[in-house]
Amino acid sequence: MNVFEKLITYLEFPFVRYALIVGVLIALCASLLGVTLVLKRFSFIGDGLSHVAFGAMSIAAVLKLTNNMPLVLCITVVCAILLLKTGQNTKIKGDAAVAMISVGALAIGYLLMNIFSASPNITGDVCSTLFGSTSILSLSKTEVWLSIGLSAVVVGLFIVFYNKIFAVTFDENFAKATGIKANIYNLLIATITAVTIVLAMNLVGSLLISALIIFPTLSAMRVFKSFRAVTVCSACISVVCTTLGILISIIAGTPVGSTIVTVDILCFGIFFATGAVCRAGHR
Amino acid sequence: MAQLICNNLALGYDGKKILDGLSFSVNVGDYVCIVGENGSGKSTLMKTILGLQSPIEGKILTCDGLERTEIGYLPQQTEVQRDFPASVKEIVLSGCQGRCGLRPFYSKAEKQLSDSNMKRLGISDLQNKCYRELSGGQQQRVLLARALCATQKILLLDEPVSGLDSKVSLEMYNIIEELNKKDKITVIMISHDISAALKYASHILHIGRNMFWGTKQEYSESEFGRVWA
Ligand SMILES: Nc1ncnc2c1ncn2[C@@H]1O[C@H](COP(=O)(O)OP(=O)(O)OP(=O)(O)O)[C@@H](O)[C@H]1O
Ligand SMILES: [Mg+2]
Repeated sequence: MNVFEKLITYLEFPFVRYALIVGVLIALCASLLGVTLVLKRFSFIGDGLSHVAFGAMSIAAVLKLTNNMPLVLCITVVCAILLLKTGQNTKIKGDAAVAMISVGALAIGYLLMNIFSASPNITGDVCSTLFGSTSILSLSKTEVWLSIGLSAVVVGLFIVFYNKIFAVTFDENFAKATGIKANIYNLLIATITAVTIVLAMNLVGSLLISALIIFPTLSAMRVFKSFRAVTVCSACISVVCTTLGILISIIAGTPVGSTIVTVDILCFGIFFATGAVCRAGHR
Repeated sequence: MAQLICNNLALGYDGKKILDGLSFSVNVGDYVCIVGENGSGKSTLMKTILGLQSPIEGKILTCDGLERTEIGYLPQQTEVQRDFPASVKEIVLSGCQGRCGLRPFYSKAEKQLSDSNMKRLGISDLQNKCYRELSGGQQQRVLLARALCATQKILLLDEPVSGLDSKVSLEMYNIIEELNKKDKITVIMISHDISAALKYASHILHIGRNMFWGTKQEYSESEFGRVWA
């Protein structure tokens, strides 16, 4: 059986199609936000929140919730807002607060899982929450629709507020001076970041989410020079890499999350080289 | 007619005052230069006028149809990161954001406004260039064009010529003078260059331990003028 036939057989399974659709949408959200997060030096918040989401997941597991997404979503959004507020407070250093919350959530999450979990394979459970493993292939129908709905909202909000997000990202003081409610937009950015991270937990697991957010943007920034071009390009990179990653992982039987991130890294390499060649050509 | 009135203002950070008892009023069409030593609180005053921080005491009033959000601003050092990807066009257009309100996209009129402001500052041919690849003087023009998109009435400039060579500085001063004379835009400028301040300004505000507010004639006749100029 050659690769294509194998692929077509797999694509006949509905769960594979769901995985592809949800995966691509999540990747799209992550890359759109990535541009703002990287440029605002907020990428550490993304990292911290992914650990918070891990802690929330373990709480949900302890409570034996069948549908853990709403709880995880709430906890992560609240933490996102808290982190943003402490980040603005000049007295507590923002990055220290993030480090505290994220490491704390990781430790407590693992502890809770160990103490309360009835599952015989705790290490396996933890590993799959951290690295995603196959959860994207085992989504329930509700989770699929919830993911599709939430990503549509994230993408919609990003498009509607695109110009304002640009203004606030480029020069927050100027934006404030001309009457843009920068704090509200920061809050909006933090909230949709939290939502995206919770969605992305299923795709790549909590340790690898930052990669999904950061790599497409950094790749696009090597080559393109305007905000719009970088945004569009990083969205395309992310969608293509995620699709490739999911397909490869299905065919080769590799873990989904790490395969996607590896494809992202390769792509970054290509863009890095292209950028270097372009710049050399200009001289 | 007064456009901006500061009444017995005290400024500072975290409740600690750096400036106290500052009163002055700026009329339409004035060209005010704010001078004073490093760290005397000039940028702080400007940020307070812009509403980025609130005064510890006193009030800032805008009159004569001037809205608080109609102030164009040229920051001292843009905290724009070295690697921010943004084209000149995108940046200048973002100056129109204040007048958009909640409307998500720019109107045709706003795009024309940004085009005409780029033309006025001679940066039309740079509009698709990346901001971070421009020279310091070109960058200042881009930010001035953005400020002009935000206002037709009053410009606040924080050291617009710092880091520019004398030729480009002169061009910058000429552009600002033209905006003030021809377009009747009120200018409030922070400067360390007293001779330029005395040449172009109509009023001088000296802040520091001793304060002075008055026309430039009064300034050069006062003891400040004798010491500084
Ligand atoms: N964010 C801040 N928090 C606390 N203190 C500050 C802050 N920014 C400035 N200061 C202090 O306020 C004082 C005035 O600063 P400001 O930037 O207004 O000076 P300036 O007159 O603009 O100086 P320069 O000529 O160097 O631009 C300084 O002593 C500075 O240390
Ligand atoms: Mg200053």
